Amino acid sequence: MNDPTTTAAPTDRPSAAQSATPREPGEVIGKLYGLLAEFETPAAIMVAAHRVREAGYKWWDCHTPFPVHGLDKAMGIRPTILPWLVMGAGLTGAVTGVVLQWYTNATNLDAWLIVPITGYDFLVSGKPMWSLPANIPVIFELTVLFAAIGCVTMMLLLSKLPWLYHPCLKNERFLRASDDRFFIVIEARDPLFYRRKSQEFLKSLGATAVEALEA
Amino acid sequence: MTTLVIDNTFDDPTRRAPLVLGHDRFGTVTEKICSISEARRPPRAWYIAFAISLAFASILGVMILYLFATGVGVWGNQNPVMWGFPIINFVFWIGIGHAGTLISAILFLFRQKWRTAINRFAEAMTIFAVICAGTFPGIHLGRVWVSYWIFPIPNQMEMWPQFRSPLLWDVFAVGTYFTVSLLFWYVGMLPDLATLRDRARTKVRAMAYGIFALGWRGSVRHWHRYERAYLILAALATPLVLSVHSVVSFDFAVAQVPGWHTTIFPPYFVAGAIFSGFAMVMTLAIPARQLWGLRDFITMRHLENMNKIILVTGSMVGYAYLMEFFTAWYSGSIYEWFAFANRAFGPYAWAYWIMVSCNVVIPQIFWFQWARRKIAVMFIVCLLVNLGMWFERFVIIVTSLAQDYLPSSWGYFTPTWVDLLTLAGSFGLFMTLFLLFCRYLPMIAMAEVKHVMPQANPHGHAGQEPGESEAGR
Repeated sequence: MNDPTTTAAPTDRPSAAQSATPREPGEVIGKLYGLLAEFETPAAIMVAAHRVREAGYKWWDCHTPFPVHGLDKAMGIRPTILPWLVMGAGLTGAVTGVVLQWYTNATNLDAWLIVPITGYDFLVSGKPMWSLPANIPVIFELTVLFAAIGCVTMMLLLSKLPWLYHPCLKNERFLRASDDRFFIVIEARDPLFYRRKSQEFLKSLGATAVEALEA
Repeated sequence: MTTLVIDNTFDDPTRRAPLVLGHDRFGTVTEKICSISEARRPPRAWYIAFAISLAFASILGVMILYLFATGVGVWGNQNPVMWGFPIINFVFWIGIGHAGTLISAILFLFRQKWRTAINRFAEAMTIFAVICAGTFPGIHLGRVWVSYWIFPIPNQMEMWPQFRSPLLWDVFAVGTYFTVSLLFWYVGMLPDLATLRDRARTKVRAMAYGIFALGWRGSVRHWHRYERAYLILAALATPLVLSVHSVVSFDFAVAQVPGWHTTIFPPYFVAGAIFSGFAMVMTLAIPARQLWGLRDFITMRHLENMNKIILVTGSMVGYAYLMEFFTAWYSGSIYEWFAFANRAFGPYAWAYWIMVSCNVVIPQIFWFQWARRKIAVMFIVCLLVNLGMWFERFVIIVTSLAQDYLPSSWGYFTPTWVDLLTLAGSFGLFMTLFLLFCRYLPMIAMAEVKHVMPQANPHGHAGQEPGESEAGR
């Protein structure tokens, strides 16, 4: 396999503004986004992903119809921060549950939130105004609610979704990424990206097809 | 090419039973499941079922309008049985929903891979059941125009809800349950919506599925977070589902009414909820599987597994029935003992024995293998379980209220035609939503089914027997 850093000719490289016109005419009309390589099996993309990572590429990704076990490790993806964010959201929910119930049922404090609101001492059957056991269910439910909403929101935002437009989605071949094909995309902005060398490199990994993606 | 396995009901522990039959390629799985919602017309049976369901859903609408225009007097609820059909139906429907979360969350945490074929179904069922459930307390309020008083929103009385009441816990529990179930369902569906978007032939379909797919493109960097998020959601939904029916049971257990005031209620309600929910999943899955030819995915092994869960949870419910009696006798409280003797031999004995025979006696047939593998048998048993679980709620609520402490205030509850049509209408609403789901959304979680196929394992090789390779997690 070729090492793109040493063998590529400097002229082969797109400009810093990523606006290089492609060498092969008729393939990409606009800007070049990157190269798309198609693989047929999870095993093939697993091997290929290892080698793309070893070659030193940074701006690249795999696209699979289902999560291929171990592929994220092969790509060197670091563990996500998501669980910590969810914990933060859950704790916020718990605090909300405590404050909400304490303020509304066990105080006489005035506050101003859009409308004037006042806490209201609620005496039931001579029970204490503020006793935690009766408030546990609502605290629990709000913890779960905040954590779940936070989890989904953070998962999408960390992945920069929703993002309805993407260069990949314009490619006819890429439509099978949600069906039965496995793809590797190396972006043109990668420092190691050279149009021809990268293309040959991807072919050498056993890709059944390599195509240019229009930005 | 490997020989395709067509029977996966074997019990050979040295072979891993395949979960998908008759497919050795990912593409055929996509094709099979997508073609259901891509077909120009659904099967004729769908139209017939949809027409009937919509008619019943309209009846529900009319009954609710009639109720709002007239008042809760149109129901059979009256002194001493103030909680009649609306609360029975609420508890029944919320219980139905629990199987969906059990399949999607608890079986996920236990790594039960067979859940993948039925989880989408079951989650959809959860959401529709919770919609039906939420309708009843809503319309039961009497003055529905001030129903926002149940939420902690500043109102004209300058009063807050009473947070020490289980009825308010219900608001939070059911609200959270609905939201989390919806999120779980939607997140699970994202990759499949992307599949439908990518296969869309028309602009409208591409736009409609495209917007809801949020631009999902199967990036492994996204999958990495997605899998983690799904695991966290499952871990959150598991205690949540246990809490929801526990909180519902507190509505009763916290009260002083004989027959309600027992500590067995939370676990007993949760077991009953899962029991009834699985029966409902079967009731929906069996016809859908036949109608759209999904036998490759919802295999006999799946049905058999579900029947085993019905047997287990049914027996747990049976144990709870016995334990309630024992505790009532052991407590030495004459009111408690009377409440239970009265259930079994009093004016509502007919309802009690329907409950016991449908929930405890009939599911025992699943001890026999032939019964677990016979479609007709399991379908009938599941219908009877649905009936029996509705009667369980009827027995708990009505018998305890109708004859409690003072014989002078005893009564007998009779539902009115409005009660009965509202109940029938809620089934119509449920089925209407379910049929729309079957028509327009991916009924089976394609990405997850592909994930459990032996071919999905990147460390195996394609030429292996499906049963031999270690399926990827």
